[in-house]
Amino acid sequence: MSRRVVRTVLVRLGTSLLVLWGAVTAAFVALHLTPGSVVDALIGSNTVTPQVRAQIIADYGLDRPLWRQYLAYLGRILHGDLGRSYQLHESVASALGSQLAPSLQLTLVAIGLALLVSTPLALFTARRRRWVRALSSGIELVGVSIPTFWAAILLLTVFSFRLGWFPAAGATGFGGLVLPAVAVAIPVTALLTQVTREGLERVLEEPFVLTARARGMSDAGVRTRHALRHAALPAVTFAGWLFGLMLGALVPVEQIFSRPGLGQLLLTAVGGKDLPIVMGVVLFTALVYVVVSSALDVLYLVIDPRLRGAAR
Amino acid sequence: MTVLAVAAPARTGRRFRPGVWGAALFLALIALAAVAPGLLVHGGPGDANALDALTGPSAAHPFGTDANGRDVLTRVVYGARPSLLAGLGATGLGVAAGSLLGLLAALGGRVADEVVMRFMDVVLSLPTLLLALLVLTITGPGTLNSIYAIALYTAPSYARLVRVQAMVIRRSGFVEAATSLGLTRARVISRHLLPNAFAPLFVLATMEVGLAIVAASSLSFLGLGPRPPAPEWGAMLSAGRDYFSVAWWTAVFPGLAITLTVLSVTVAGRRLQLRSEGRSA
Repeated sequence: MSRRVVRTVLVRLGTSLLVLWGAVTAAFVALHLTPGSVVDALIGSNTVTPQVRAQIIADYGLDRPLWRQYLAYLGRILHGDLGRSYQLHESVASALGSQLAPSLQLTLVAIGLALLVSTPLALFTARRRRWVRALSSGIELVGVSIPTFWAAILLLTVFSFRLGWFPAAGATGFGGLVLPAVAVAIPVTALLTQVTREGLERVLEEPFVLTARARGMSDAGVRTRHALRHAALPAVTFAGWLFGLMLGALVPVEQIFSRPGLGQLLLTAVGGKDLPIVMGVVLFTALVYVVVSSALDVLYLVIDPRLRGAAR
Repeated sequence: MTVLAVAAPARTGRRFRPGVWGAALFLALIALAAVAPGLLVHGGPGDANALDALTGPSAAHPFGTDANGRDVLTRVVYGARPSLLAGLGATGLGVAAGSLLGLLAALGGRVADEVVMRFMDVVLSLPTLLLALLVLTITGPGTLNSIYAIALYTAPSYARLVRVQAMVIRRSGFVEAATSLGLTRARVISRHLLPNAFAPLFVLATMEVGLAIVAASSLSFLGLGPRPPAPEWGAMLSAGRDYFSVAWWTAVFPGLAITLTVLSVTVAGRRLQLRSEGRSA
């Protein structure tokens, strides 16, 4: 542990702050690049009274020079104030808060599903007969190529409309969660299986695997006890990126299954030009991304003791 | 976006590869549909016959008809052009912008390098679809705008590639020779740097065309790209949404067209990648 770990974490934090600052700045620039006046962009497609208009100008300090506005904006964000949605008549933070739970639930179930399917699949297909691998990588290729929104439509058409196994739309409870979670999990599962299997195949050629086998360890034991831990490393590297992929997939999936959530919130906001909400969601996901990938970097050290030992 | 060059073990020797051949054939078919849709189907994409609304696949309408009585097959064929153009356009723009930024980072000195590459890091760390939605909120929906939005988030991966390539090539013998022969900087870049950086860039771009097609069709499905009367694959699915429960064919065929196209592009792209890496000729 010790210095190496601390340094890694500090470097990571620095980069994360940079990313967040960049995202905030990009959002600010975006707001001011919007054609037309900033007030109109903030109001969106609503009609408002002159009083509200004046209120917005005062709120955002739009009568002040640009650099003062930028500093004020940074200050507000630092205090966790993401602004107000003029369409929903509530603060961005409370809109995000109320829509977070269903999206989080969907994401977690999808992650669980992806891990549950991809790990055994990779364990089973790594360095097996050619047709087993060919079949598996063929399925994975389809899983990666299929657009999430179409997968969702197909699932809905087959399992809700045709077979009637699951409720079609807007359902609460576990039954309504299955199909959306499967739709979100498909590309993630395909990618995870590929990455984990590649990792496994590299590891299974290592000398220590031969040693374990020579000690009389069973094939299944070698795979699960020794190889999987190594194979998890590259998969962990991908996890941050996969998370972004899933967040993107939420938008069409929540719309197709008429589920409430961040994706729906975002899509409505895009349609209504509700920039504060859109920026709020983008900043929030940037924050989540940074937190998740930092946590994964630390997890790296937990999984692989070699990275801890060599203090330089 | 990260390139996912996975699986595809290196094999040796020339073998018949049904996958690659199938992909090439399908891409040729899609290309034909994009260039001359009239050769494949008779009517136009807007031809409607209200009496025929929502009939299932039959000899007259192999893919069935939609809610307005339009032939789904005809619309899928006519949909090839806008769908491909969106994917190719976004990729082309992304490659152009990414190449410029990459060259700037590689040749513009330390400060330019840091600024450009950190900016790329920020773009890369945001989920791609969210970034596109942010852009579309500002610009408003539309076919061209959705192409710009996709180009913006694909540019960083090209920029990284070009930067690395340019840095390697810049220090190579033949570029030093060209410089010492008195060639201008612009000439060295255009005659020596760019052509040599092009091969890997082309391979990466091929792989990304598929992703760009999916992204474009997703945006139009969400109602942010071409609007419904247009025979674009995503827009067709969006328009058919209310009828999926009674007419499965309106849900299946446009999506199948997208998936098969992307699949073919990916298979062909991986083949190109293996070749360019010199694995199995």
